[in-house]
This record gives sequence, structure tokens and C-alpha cells, in this order.
Amino acid sequence: MVALAAAILIAFIVVPLAGLFFHLDPADVIAALRTTAAQEALRLSIVTTFSSLAITLLLGTPLAYILARATFPGRYLVDAVVDLPIVIPPAVAGLALLLAFGRNGTFGPLLAALGIQLSFSTVAVIMAQTFVASPFYVRAARAGFAGVDRTLEAASLTLGMGPLRTFAYITVPLAAPALIGGAVLCWARALGEFGATIMFAGNLAGVSQTLPLAVYLNLESGNLPVAVVLSVILILFSLIVVVTVHATADRRSI
Amino acid sequence: MLRFDLRFELREFPFIAAGEAPNGVTVVEGPSGAGKTTLLRLIAGLIRPEEGSVSLNGRALTDTTAGVFVPPDQRNIAILFQEYALFPHYDVSGNIGYGLRARNLPRAELDARVERELERFDIVSLAHARVTELSGGQRQRVALARALVVEPAALLLDEPLAALDPATRDRVRSELAAVLRQVDVPTLYVSHDPADRELFPGKAFHIDRGTLTQLL
Repeated sequence: MVALAAAILIAFIVVPLAGLFFHLDPADVIAALRTTAAQEALRLSIVTTFSSLAITLLLGTPLAYILARATFPGRYLVDAVVDLPIVIPPAVAGLALLLAFGRNGTFGPLLAALGIQLSFSTVAVIMAQTFVASPFYVRAARAGFAGVDRTLEAASLTLGMGPLRTFAYITVPLAAPALIGGAVLCWARALGEFGATIMFAGNLAGVSQTLPLAVYLNLESGNLPVAVVLSVILILFSLIVVVTVHATADRRSI
Repeated sequence: MLRFDLRFELREFPFIAAGEAPNGVTVVEGPSGAGKTTLLRLIAGLIRPEEGSVSLNGRALTDTTAGVFVPPDQRNIAILFQEYALFPHYDVSGNIGYGLRARNLPRAELDARVERELERFDIVSLAHARVTELSGGQRQRVALARALVVEPAALLLDEPLAALDPATRDRVRSELAAVLRQVDVPTLYVSHDPADRELFPGKAFHIDRGTLTQLL
């Protein structure tokens, strides 16, 4: 009975995904990849996901370190705020971003006065991805930093390494498996981002039409082969991610 | 000369300690949880006292009334931690050379000084061993070499034998004593083992429930 229940769930995940590959016609792959829409979507997805990952690493690493180490009033509140985007429906996140940074949003007039229009731009895609994906990195990094023996940092300091070099030579290398795992998950979540992007950034080819949006658009417009090819690309990316995360997790447990 | 006059609030009682440690070993004894490690951390600058001062050879390192606080990485006070705190992602040479890297020594000089420590502690064959593969006694030697290679202005040892099994402990104790007799800087040796006290019959402090008193 247990084995049956397990098998049903596994089959439920594997069968549809494998089915996508059966819908794949090699001739379609070449034809689909030749279309500018597919190329633009692929390029846009790569550019935006790595941009949002870079922003997350830059801003999320100090935040994760503070959350792992500092005790301050309201720490649990900050912890909760960091986790919030994980449970918020992406469409709601997109609406919130639109109402904050859109043309008629809270900061709209201010941004307009500066000559900046964020909504329905590539920057909006990056903002939407960062919003929904950064918590995956911050959570993992927080746990990674919390797991580093503070005595080792103390030893480094007393041996004459300043706080920044201690962070670079001791804390980061020892937290590296968690940092890498978190970064990979964050990137994967950004790659799959759909709801917040379409609400806040729209679905404009070459501007905000990333791979998942292109899948949706091609399906809607009856171009199933292109949708399948782009889906398979996304699945392959995801497979690489899952394998990487498991490999780093295994290395950590040794 | 290491001088300290410190007040620090511990959870259960205030920590109050004033004293002087000349060059050579001063044993700091007392039951566990009495505040011995706190004393070392306050002197090294890893924690700040509520009130008080620390000075080493006339240089003020901590002085709450004058607003002086030299950070731990600029004190040149080395600690031998209880579990040795070796860096698991560096090999033996990497651990020993770490403090020299912090001082931005040229590569050749760094290598030469690490080599000298490896010979002095008879661990040349372990130069590229992973520290996680060492025995307790070997770890202790690496930790001591790492602390001494930087020629610290003071040395703090936090129960340096506590992590060893009893059989190793006696052998390592005499090794350690031989090394420490050659170290001519203020050296605080925290221990709750009376055997350590017999080995270093000089000046000693006793800490109980956060209060330091001088013995002898």
C-alpha cells in the first residue's frame, strides 16, 4: 500500500513531464529555435534571471548574515517578511509591484518625474523575479551562516584577519554549500517566474516575454510545437538545477 | 605586562576581575561556568566590557572611560581555543600560515616561517594533511604553532588539554609546558585541572562565580 501510494505520486510527476518529450519532433526543435520570438525569450530569460540572481546575492548575503548572527528587536518580524514572497501568490506580488512602481502607482509620479518608467519593461521583469525568488537564497544562506562555528571566526579575528577578510576566508567558504544551493534554487525560481512578471511587466516580445511567458503565448496562439520546445528547454534547465542542489547537499552531509 | 580591570554582566552574576599578568605563564583556575573563558574573550577584544580597561605593555586596548577599544584583529593577542578551532577547509600549513597571511607577509617569508614551526612542533610530515584527520595531540600542536608563528604580544590558552583523552593529556601537558617556558610574553593559562597548577607554580588567579582573586 505504501509503495503503491509512493508510485502513484512519482508517476503523476514523471508521466506528464516525460510526455512533453514525446510531443517533441526534432524538426520542430530546429524550426522553433529559428524563430526570433524563441531566441528573444531565451536571451531575455538568461539576462533577467542572472540579473535578479546578482541583485539577490549582493543584497541578500548581508541580510542573511545579519539574520543568522545579530539579535535585535523585531528580528522575527524581519524573518517573516523575508519568507513572505514564498507563500504569496505570484499574481498578487505582481499586482503589489504594479501598484507601488507602476505608472499610476505610489511611486509612479516620482519615477515619472525622474524620467523612469518601470512597469512593462525588462527592469520590471528583473524586479518581479527578485521579489519572488530572493527568499529562496536568503533562507538557505541564513541557515548556512548560522551553521558556521563562530569560534572559527573568533580565531580568524585574533590571528589578525579583519572582519571582511574573515568573512571572505572563513565564513563564506564554510557556508558555501548552502550559499550555492540557495543561489541555484533562487535562479530556478526566477527562471520559472510567470505570474508576477505578466502582471507587472506584461508579455512584450523582446522586452518582458521570458521563456514561461513565451510558452503561454505560443499555446494561446495555437503554436503548440514552439510551446513544447520551450517547455522542454525549461525542464532541462530545471533538471540541471535539481541535480546540482542534490549534489551540493550530499557533499554537505559528508 | 598585561593589566586588566573589567566588569561584564553575565547571565547569572556579574563578572568582576582586576589583575596583572607578567611575562610567563599565569594559571587561571576555577570551576567551569565561573567566567574563565569570559576573561579571555574580554582581554582578546572578542567581547566588550560594560566597564573597565585592558592594557598590554602600556598600550591601552580597552578603556571604557576614554572610549578606547582596539578590535581583536589589531591586538596581536593569540588564543589557543579549547577545541583548537582549526580551520577545516585549510590543511595544516594553511592553518599555521593563516595569521601570517593576515599580516600580508611575502610568500617566501611566510613559507619559511611556517616550515620553521612545522619543524619545531615535529609535524613536517603533516604539512599537507587535512586537519580533520589529525589526532587530538596533533591538532593541539597545529593550534599552538598557528598561535605562536605570529609572535603574539600575549597568549591566552583556554583549557588546552580538556579536549584530549587522559592518556594523551599527560604527554601533551609536558610538551606544552616545555614550549610555554620559552614564550616570553604574558600568557594566561585557563584550567580547572590541579595538575596544570603544579606545572606552572608561578602566579595564579582563581575565578569563582565571576569574581577573580589572586592566589599566592
